[in-house]
Amino acid sequence: MASNGIRDRVAIVGMGCTPFGEHWDKGPDDLLIDAAYQAYESAGVAPNDVDAYWLGTMGQLSGLTLSVPLKIDYKPVTHVENFCATGSEALRQACYAVASGAYDLAMAIGVEKLKDSGYSGLVVSSPANDGTLGNMSAPASFSLLAPAYFKKYGLDPAKGKEVLARIAWKNHRNGAKNPRAQFRKEVTMEAILNSPKVADPLGVMDCSGVADGSAAAIVCRAEDAPKYTPHPIFIKALSFVAGPGEGPLAQDYDFTTFREVVASAKDAYAQAGVTDPRTEISMAEVHDCFTPTELVLCEDLGFSPRGAAWRDVMNGFFDLDGGLPVNPDGGLKSFGHPIGASGLRMMYEMWLQLRGEAGPRQIENPTLGLTHNLGGAPGRCVSFVSIVGR
Amino acid sequence: MTVGIASYGSYVPYRRLKRAAIGQVLGIPAGKGERAVASFDEDSVSMAVEAARDALRGLDARAVPPAAPARDVRTLLFATTTPPYAEKLNAALVGAAARLPLEIRAADLTGSPRVGLTALLQAADAARANGGSALVAIADCRVAAPEGKAEQAGGDAGVAFVVGEDPIAEIVGSASVTREFLDIWRAPGERFAHAWEERFALTQAYGPLLGAAVKRVLEQAQCAPSNLAKVILDAPNPRAADELARGAKLAPEQLADPLALTVGQTGAAHAPLVLASVLAAAKPGDLILVASAGDGADALLLKVTPRAARYTQPRSVGRLIESKGDVAYGRYLKWREILPTEPPRRPDPDRPAAPPMLRSETWKFGFVGTQCTACGTPQLPPQRICITCGQRDRMEPYPFADRPAKVATFTLDRLAYSLNPPTVNVVVDFAGGGRFLGEMTDCEPDKVQIGDEVEMTFRRMHSAGGVHNYFWKCRPRR
Repeated sequence: MASNGIRDRVAIVGMGCTPFGEHWDKGPDDLLIDAAYQAYESAGVAPNDVDAYWLGTMGQLSGLTLSVPLKIDYKPVTHVENFCATGSEALRQACYAVASGAYDLAMAIGVEKLKDSGYSGLVVSSPANDGTLGNMSAPASFSLLAPAYFKKYGLDPAKGKEVLARIAWKNHRNGAKNPRAQFRKEVTMEAILNSPKVADPLGVMDCSGVADGSAAAIVCRAEDAPKYTPHPIFIKALSFVAGPGEGPLAQDYDFTTFREVVASAKDAYAQAGVTDPRTEISMAEVHDCFTPTELVLCEDLGFSPRGAAWRDVMNGFFDLDGGLPVNPDGGLKSFGHPIGASGLRMMYEMWLQLRGEAGPRQIENPTLGLTHNLGGAPGRCVSFVSIVGR
Repeated sequence: MTVGIASYGSYVPYRRLKRAAIGQVLGIPAGKGERAVASFDEDSVSMAVEAARDALRGLDARAVPPAAPARDVRTLLFATTTPPYAEKLNAALVGAAARLPLEIRAADLTGSPRVGLTALLQAADAARANGGSALVAIADCRVAAPEGKAEQAGGDAGVAFVVGEDPIAEIVGSASVTREFLDIWRAPGERFAHAWEERFALTQAYGPLLGAAVKRVLEQAQCAPSNLAKVILDAPNPRAADELARGAKLAPEQLADPLALTVGQTGAAHAPLVLASVLAAAKPGDLILVASAGDGADALLLKVTPRAARYTQPRSVGRLIESKGDVAYGRYLKWREILPTEPPRRPDPDRPAAPPMLRSETWKFGFVGTQCTACGTPQLPPQRICITCGQRDRMEPYPFADRPAKVATFTLDRLAYSLNPPTVNVVVDFAGGGRFLGEMTDCEPDKVQIGDEVEMTFRRMHSAGGVHNYFWKCRPRR
C-alpha cells in the first residue's frame, strides 16, 4: 500500500482561464465556454478530440452542467466537488484517467458564478440537521488561526496584524501585474491595516474577494504531449488528503497548522522526490483565502521552519523577487475565489511561468512549481498539493 | 409526609437595562435602578433550564454520599406567562436540557403572573401524591410596549425548586383564592398586554384577594404576622402588596427586598425568585410567608428546617445580581424584535429538522458527549470512532454541561447572521478533556482572551419557521 504518484507520466498541454471578477454580463455557461475554448485553442485541439471531462463546481448535481452548454457529443462528464479544492480535484481525476490509459485526452474544468447570489460572501447550504452545527462564517473559521499563532510565537497583536497585512500587500502587488485578476491595484499597508473588521483580527482586506470565473486544463500522457505543444508542463506530484476533523474535537490541535496540508505536502514531496522544498520549489500558488491561512501554509508546506514564516513574510522571502515567490499571480486575494475554478487558476499561473509567458510577473528560470488548494476550515479540511515542472 | 423545598436554583440573566437609558431615548420620566434583561439568545425556557440545572446541582450537593444523588424526579412543571411555544410542551425542552428521565409527568402552567407560586403548590401536591420529588421551573421574559410602566418595572429571570421529602424549607400551610376580574390581558399572538386603569384592581381585586389568601394561611397555621421572619408579597400592582404589609403592621426587616431596583418585576418568576433570595439567608426555624396575586392569589407558609444549615446554594440570587453587564436600549429593542432592523445580506438560518434532533437528543439538549472506554478520551459531539485511538463503538455517554472549560482560541464574527453582532466564536477545552467549537455569549467581545474560563449555558440559537433552535453556548464564569 502506497501513494505512488504519477511523476512525469502526465502532461498539461493546454490551458484556459477567464478573467476573474464581477461578470455581470456572463452566466456560468458563458464562463465554461470561454475557458474550455481557450484551452482547446491552447492545445490546438477540436472539442471532439477530448475524450472525457471532469467538471469542478459547487452544488451542481451532474455533468450536464458542462455537457449541455458545450454540446459535448456523448462523452463522459464527471462532476466532482471537494469544497474549495474542487478545481484541483477535477484536475487530479483527469490526470489519473489519462495515466491509466482509459482515455487519451481529458479536460479538467472548473467554474463558479458567485456574484448572482445576492449575499455577501460565500453561501453554502447544509443538509437537514439537528441545529447544532453553528453558523460561523468562513473568515471567522480561518481567523481562529491568528490569535493562536500570535500567542504561540510571541507576536503581540499589533505585530501579528502587520504580518497578516504584509501578506495581503504582497499578493495585491503581484495581482496588480496580472490582467486576469479581479483586483489589479496595489494596496497600501495602511489601507489593509485599517480596513473594516470582518472577523477580528481580520479586516475585509485580509479576505479573498468574491468573484466569478472559470479555468480549464487539457491533459494527456507525457509521451503524447509533443503532439499538442512544444512546451508542455509535467505532473510531478498530485496529493489529496481529507482529515478526520480533529480540530474541533481534540485538544492537542492548536490552530497553528493544517495537519491535512502537512500530510498532503509530505506525500507530494515524496512523489516528486523533493527533499528541501524551501530551496527546490521555484514558486508556489497557495490557498490564501485569508491572510493567516497563507502564513500557516508557508510553514505546513515546509517553506519556512515552524514559527518562522512571519519573519519570511516580513523580510520579503515570499515576494515576487524573493527566494520563494508565493502567489506570484496575486492569489485568491487578487483573484477572488470562484470555488470550482481556483485550483485550476493556480495551475494556470504555473503553466504561464514554466513556459516563460508570465510577462511582468515572470520568475527567472523556474523549474518546479507547487500549487496548494484547501477546503474546509482549520482542523477540519481537505488539502491538495501538486508539483509541476518542465 | 413532610414535603417542602429540597433544593432550589435561580437565574438572573447577565444583561441589565438602566431605566434612565429608557427615559433618555424616549424622552420620558425614568424610574430608578435597572432591570434584568434576557439576552437575545434567551427566553423563558432557557432561563428555566439555567435555574433547574442549578436546583439539581443543589440537590446533588446535598446527597450523602455525593456519588448517589437523590434525583428521583417524577414530576416536572414549567411555569411562565411567556411560553416560547403556544402548542408543544415547553416543559419537555426543560426536561431534556436538565437531563430528566423519560418517566416523568410534565406540564406547562401559564396564564397569570401568580402561576409561579401556583406551580410550586402543585409540585408539593404532586410530590405528596406520587412520591419522589417534583421539579418546578419558573421563568418569564417580560416584554412590554415602549413608554409603558411595565417596560421599566418588568424584569426577566428564572427560578426552580425541587420539592420533595427531607426539605430545607417545609411547607406548613397554603391557601388559594381565584376570582374572575379584568385587569391585565393579552390575546394569543399579541406582543404586549393591555391593562385596565389601576385603581379598580388595586381596591377591588389584588388588595382584597391577596389579603384573603394571606389571612387564611396564617389562621391555618395559627401564626401571628409578627412571628414571620420574612414576608414576600407580590402583586401586578406593587401598591397592593405595600398596603397589605402596612395593614398587617409588618416591620420593615420582615419584608423581603422585592429586587425592584436590581432585577425588576419578573412576572411568574417574581415571588419565587424573591423566595430563593430569602432562603439563601434563612436560618432554621424561620417562618417565611410568600403570596402572589393575579386573577386571585396563592399564599404559602414555609418553615426553614435544620437541614438548611448544611445546604449551600451553588449560585445565589445575590451573586447573579452582581454579575452583570449593560445593554443599550436600542440593542434591547432589537433583541425583542420591537425595533425592526435591516437584515444582513446573508441567507436566513434554516429550521432544524425533527428526525436529526431526535437522534441527537442527549447531545443537542443535554450536551452529553462520549468518552472512549478504550483510551479514556472525552469527545464531543458524540463519536462512534475515537479521535484518539481509533477504536470503534467503545463509547459511553459523557456529560459536558457542568464541566468548566478554557478558551483555546477565538474570533469575533461580524459576517454571520446574529441579533447581537459580533458573534463571539470560541474553541474551548474542557477540564478533563474534550473540545468544543461554538459561541460565547454574555461577554464583552473586546475583552475575550485565550485562557478565559467559561461554563456552558443552554440557549436559543435562532428561530426559523416557527421552530426555536435550542443548543448550548459558553459564557464567562458567573
